[in-house]
Amino acid sequence: MSSLTMGNRFGQNTSVQSSSNRPNTLTSGHRACQGCGEGLAARCAIDAAYTAAKGKIAVVNATGCLEVVSCSFPDNSWNVPWIHSLFGNTAAVASGVAAAFKNKGQTDVRVIAQGGDGGTTDIGMGCLSGMFDRNDDVLYICYDNQAYMNTGVQRSSATPALARTATTMPNSQYNGSDPDTGKNVPDIAMAHGIPYVAVASVGNIHDLEHKVAKAINIRGAKYIQIHCPCPLGWGFPTAETIHIARLALKSGMYPLFEAENGVLVGSTPIEDRIPVEEYLRVQKRFAHLFGKNAAPENVGILQEIANRNIKKYRLGGMSDE
Amino acid sequence: MLYQLEGSQAVARAIALCRPEVVCAYPITPQTHIVEGVGELVRNGQLKNCQYLNVESEMGAISVAIGSEAAGVRSYTATSSQGLLYMMEAVYNASGLELPIVMTLGNRAIGSPLNIWNDHTDAMSARDAGWLMMFAENNQEAADLHIQAFKIAETLKCPIMVCMDGFILTHAYEKVDLPEQEEVDEFLPPYKPAFSLDPESPCAIGAMVPTTEFMEVRYLAHLRQLEAKTVIERIGKEFGAKFKRNSGGLIRTYHTEGAETVIVAMGSVLGSIKDTVDDLNQTSGGNKYGVMSVVSYRPFPDEQIREALKNAKRVIVVEKAFALGRGGILSREIELALKGLDIEIITVVAGLGGRVITKTMLAEAFQQTKNKLIFLGLREDVIQQEYKTVLDERRA
Repeated sequence: MSSLTMGNRFGQNTSVQSSSNRPNTLTSGHRACQGCGEGLAARCAIDAAYTAAKGKIAVVNATGCLEVVSCSFPDNSWNVPWIHSLFGNTAAVASGVAAAFKNKGQTDVRVIAQGGDGGTTDIGMGCLSGMFDRNDDVLYICYDNQAYMNTGVQRSSATPALARTATTMPNSQYNGSDPDTGKNVPDIAMAHGIPYVAVASVGNIHDLEHKVAKAINIRGAKYIQIHCPCPLGWGFPTAETIHIARLALKSGMYPLFEAENGVLVGSTPIEDRIPVEEYLRVQKRFAHLFGKNAAPENVGILQEIANRNIKKYRLGGMSDE
Repeated sequence: MLYQLEGSQAVARAIALCRPEVVCAYPITPQTHIVEGVGELVRNGQLKNCQYLNVESEMGAISVAIGSEAAGVRSYTATSSQGLLYMMEAVYNASGLELPIVMTLGNRAIGSPLNIWNDHTDAMSARDAGWLMMFAENNQEAADLHIQAFKIAETLKCPIMVCMDGFILTHAYEKVDLPEQEEVDEFLPPYKPAFSLDPESPCAIGAMVPTTEFMEVRYLAHLRQLEAKTVIERIGKEFGAKFKRNSGGLIRTYHTEGAETVIVAMGSVLGSIKDTVDDLNQTSGGNKYGVMSVVSYRPFPDEQIREALKNAKRVIVVEKAFALGRGGILSREIELALKGLDIEIITVVAGLGGRVITKTMLAEAFQQTKNKLIFLGLREDVIQQEYKTVLDERRA
């Protein structure tokens, strides 16, 4: 995932991951599946935060895959202060940690909350909104693999339209997760007017690290959502995680952007745009859209979503009319 | 110093004297005046060095306290009724994580039907959550228990709920003797956490625990509850010696010496019970009736209760909650404590949803010998009418 040759040769482009001084905050030996996008994203994000905050961080983790794979007694893969409380209260626990450090005068200790999309966009939404509302000094990172993977791939409010999950199985009547459902939590975060919101992807590690490093030293509430393909839940070979993430970026299905104080301030243009179909065809969760009896308009629904993303988040690119 | 104060204000000032560093506030009747009071003390500078957070729910309130306590600072919140249920997942979590949070529970009924008035159903719902639970008899004790609570919780690394009856105590104006700051500082040293989130010395808190260790973790928590009996008694005595007041401890007795009948209860109803017992004893010209207060409900002081009640012929448990289809909750615990002794146990369920409890009603219940389970002041006509309708419908 990183090239020492390239990373070392072009100084300003060196990633934290390619550095020999990589802090290794999430160390090897954890129990994530082969090819896990979330484990990769977490290591990159927390390493970047650790580096940018000079080692002064504390991490609050929601229940979910990341927690289960990294801290199963007696093992612990974290080299940073870390706490897991519950599934839905992570943002509030982080608010409490931040309040404690503030009261002790240790505002140099930067507080991170992290969870999956279920723990963030569904059950954790109330506490997350409260944390945004109070503008508590916390960076919340959502590792978005677009379903409840830890419990066996059930639909969340981050599951894309038409995707197959264990609770949105396609059959002759249904085409996976209902279209016109789901919520856009980065937009909801922006609507709170918090200082910083960003969307990142494991398909672009430099951008991910940059956004985390930028966010960690901003005072107040920050939200970063990271696209994390899940080989098991989405149905693709474990070596394809980064490739799939990049297809999502190139198709416009996962727009990368930054917003400050509720206003879009930058986005990552798509340079070589692809039709959404190229992203969908390589994942079993969309296989029902391409079967013998599949209706072609279904792919059109997803293409329309990508088109809207490109327009809304100004992803430009040659195909953007 | 003596003040004429609303119960909630007395508690708010007692909390401030304990110097919490994080206080989370979410309104729910009848607890609200307490967090309002603490907020006012923070804003006017009387409570210094304290972060006061207006959170979005009770789940947020307890979770913020979990976070701040885990980061090593003394933390406080308060709730009632539905609020306690809303935060219940995190209530269990806080005790499992061994975080000595202090929380006031302004006792209130649980709906449906919605009812904002006092009973103990909320507290009973948390009886197995691994928290210590103490019940205040009056506002003086409510204030005193909070000062003891931080010391007890921090000594044991276990959260504690101080229960005070909603409205009857939270909204009642009484004379309350509040200690000076220096005295409280002498009694309650600054909080020194056993572990905390510290970048200088990282640790992971809240691991997933497999079947090979989980039972041991729970058993150790059980032992801590048993150990708490000694600690609560010791700290109660320390408090008494320093502030010259008998507050806290495990149980308290009133004229139990030689009494044939002992009334057992928790919380503010003890005042009416003691008055009733005084009247009955005076009328009968003896010491037929005595009273025992359960101050510490968790841990449940079986040995002390057995010792206090062993010579009684009859124990009447007055309780403000009951298990539907089963009967008294406190009664069953008392029964267990008295196992093997030839003592008749009678349950008086009283005051549900704030139903008035008068001395006349109590006197009648204490003197009757017919029923083992009484619902004090139950409107039989309403029940008959409604139950008849239900039976008729079923037959049809």
